[in-house]
Amino acid sequence: MPEPLTYSEAIREAMAEEMRRDGRVFLMGEDVALYGGAFRVTRGLLDEFGPGRIRNTPISESGIVGAGIGAALVGMRPIVEIMFMDFITLAVDQLVNHASKYRFMYGEQARVPLVVRAPAGGHRGYGPTHSQCLERLFFSMPGIKIAAPSTPADARGLLKAAIRDDNPVLFVESKILYPSLGDRPEEQAFAGKDDDIIPLGRARVAREGEHISVIAYSEMVVQAVRAAEALEAEGISLEVIDLRTLAPLDMARVLESVGKTGRAIVAEEGHRTGGPGAEIACRIVESCFYELDAPVRRVAAMDVPVPVSPLLERRVLPSAFDIASAARHLMNEA
Amino acid sequence: MNTPADLYRKMALIREFEMRIDEMFATGRIRGTTHLSAGQEACAVGACAGLRCDDAVVSNHRGHGHFIATGGDPGAMMAEMMGKQTGYSRGRGGSQHMACFDIGFLGSNGITGGGLPVAVGAALGFKMQKTDRIVLCFFGDGASNQGTFHESLNLAAVWRLPIIFFCENNLYAMSTPMHDATAVENIAERGNAYTIAGEVIDGNDVIAVRDAVAGAAERVRGGSGPALIEAMTYRYLGHSKSDKCEYRTREEEQRWHERDPIKLYAARLRESGELDDGRIARIDAEVKQQVDEAVEFATTSPDPNPDELEGSVFA
Ligand SMILES: Cc1ncc(C[n+]2csc(CCOP(=O)(O)OP(=O)(O)O)c2C)c(N)n1
Ligand SMILES: [Mg+2]
Repeated sequence: MPEPLTYSEAIREAMAEEMRRDGRVFLMGEDVALYGGAFRVTRGLLDEFGPGRIRNTPISESGIVGAGIGAALVGMRPIVEIMFMDFITLAVDQLVNHASKYRFMYGEQARVPLVVRAPAGGHRGYGPTHSQCLERLFFSMPGIKIAAPSTPADARGLLKAAIRDDNPVLFVESKILYPSLGDRPEEQAFAGKDDDIIPLGRARVAREGEHISVIAYSEMVVQAVRAAEALEAEGISLEVIDLRTLAPLDMARVLESVGKTGRAIVAEEGHRTGGPGAEIACRIVESCFYELDAPVRRVAAMDVPVPVSPLLERRVLPSAFDIASAARHLMNEA
Repeated sequence: MNTPADLYRKMALIREFEMRIDEMFATGRIRGTTHLSAGQEACAVGACAGLRCDDAVVSNHRGHGHFIATGGDPGAMMAEMMGKQTGYSRGRGGSQHMACFDIGFLGSNGITGGGLPVAVGAALGFKMQKTDRIVLCFFGDGASNQGTFHESLNLAAVWRLPIIFFCENNLYAMSTPMHDATAVENIAERGNAYTIAGEVIDGNDVIAVRDAVAGAAERVRGGSGPALIEAMTYRYLGHSKSDKCEYRTREEEQRWHERDPIKLYAARLRESGELDDGRIARIDAEVKQQVDEAVEFATTSPDPNPDELEGSVFA
């Protein structure tokens, strides 16, 4: 069996494999070449692919995302790395008014096979402008897919699918998962093969359970599984659904689980108001109100920016602890 | 308060502060990330010495020196670094996000190029208020590749705003050498596109920096429109705490250390007789003690109260 991959190695490997098999795939971003990016995810790619395909860019987020769109329009398959997801705000125009609309707006002529990779999330004391989960900005925009893996195997499989997809895909990476090892070794055995691509839009059951469905993505899946383990001793059984992608959103899988358990917690690291969690909770209520034994609960960040102080950061960001207490409340409500 | 001894003291204080933070990161006493300005002290101190005390300063991610030069208190800065209640931003902003509006320090900021338009707006406000206050905006060579830089210079020129764009060109943006990312030879040339006269100066010579900024300040204050100054300098440490500087040579670093801004100025003061060795040693000891006290203050300061978070988003 090959060495287990970390989340960041899995991402690097997915890019390398796709660049090997398809000469149209290339990477650009700030300090991605020799330095390997702020989180060293792309380290080593320069050696194999050279500066033509591993392109260091000026600090120009709007420019490089827009250039990715243009290159995609004429047949390339660019991957653009945004150093911290927070900086994607500078490229929102290019993504929202351009990438996501071209296919529709130009009468289905255009294809924009662009992947924008961006590390998201807090817990590292980086403060308000370096800790955000901004997939919410794109979640409500038709025309842009969003993947947010929680394991190395998923990171690899979803990134390969994203690179092969003919649409713009925002690929959300969790900074604190970068060093994490694969927790499903049997899947790691596929590493290096081509048949482990994970199609966009298919959620997975990260852990089976009976009483409450916890719907999560990215790092919150890890928190949810941790909560599930902790609650086992109390006789509360959580089923954890890892969405894997927010767009397309696999509601069928979510509803199937909620139909079985009758209770749902939607967990996300972003702010509570107006994020993906709100939408998912609403759809659960719309579709299976009468099967619910208790109100749907949400676990999310407080509606304040992410502070630097560890004490404050811990208060603002959601954790396994919050999922566990939401679960206890739900069981008492029923 | 800009006697030669003051200028020397402020540069020495910034150096001591930055090196202490470097050490505290290494030993895990501070978490998160930080960008240190050791090597660039003459830019911060010289630029602020060329301003009037009611002028405003906008900083960037490498802002500790700018803040100290503007009059920031090392104790409250250190407390902010450590996420304490007594920090300038009450433990919320940390290294990259500090401000003191009372002294006209309108904030350091983690978004590269993000401060430039804000500085333009402050200059617009000063102009509309019919004051003769001006704004100085620090930014790096890398930031000049953001759209915000170009939009800001154009806006400021069109509206003839009282602002000095002060570029600290330390030759790299993170690992990227300036000339890999910037088509012009000097950032100052970019002023031409916006009818702003750019000037390249020695950013390791505190007097040259002060004089350039004082001269620009006089013109800008007089209504001549914006100025652009590019100060050539070098950062001694890695970009941030995790950087091993593989993209530059030890020889290059050595060459810049030979032109250390603090040593250069000390030598000049000794030569002119303005400060002697004894006085210099005393100042060095005093700033060391000042930083010791800042660390002590920060360490013994209370943590912020998480219960106060929710009510603090809106005014
Ligand atoms: C919008 C944005 N893009 C990228 C970054 C990451 N980043 C922080 S500082 C920096 C380099 C800035 O270089 P320069 O402007 O020359 O300032 P220096 O660090 O050299 O002082 C980069 C790329 C950021 N903080 N914000
Ligand atoms: Mg620089």
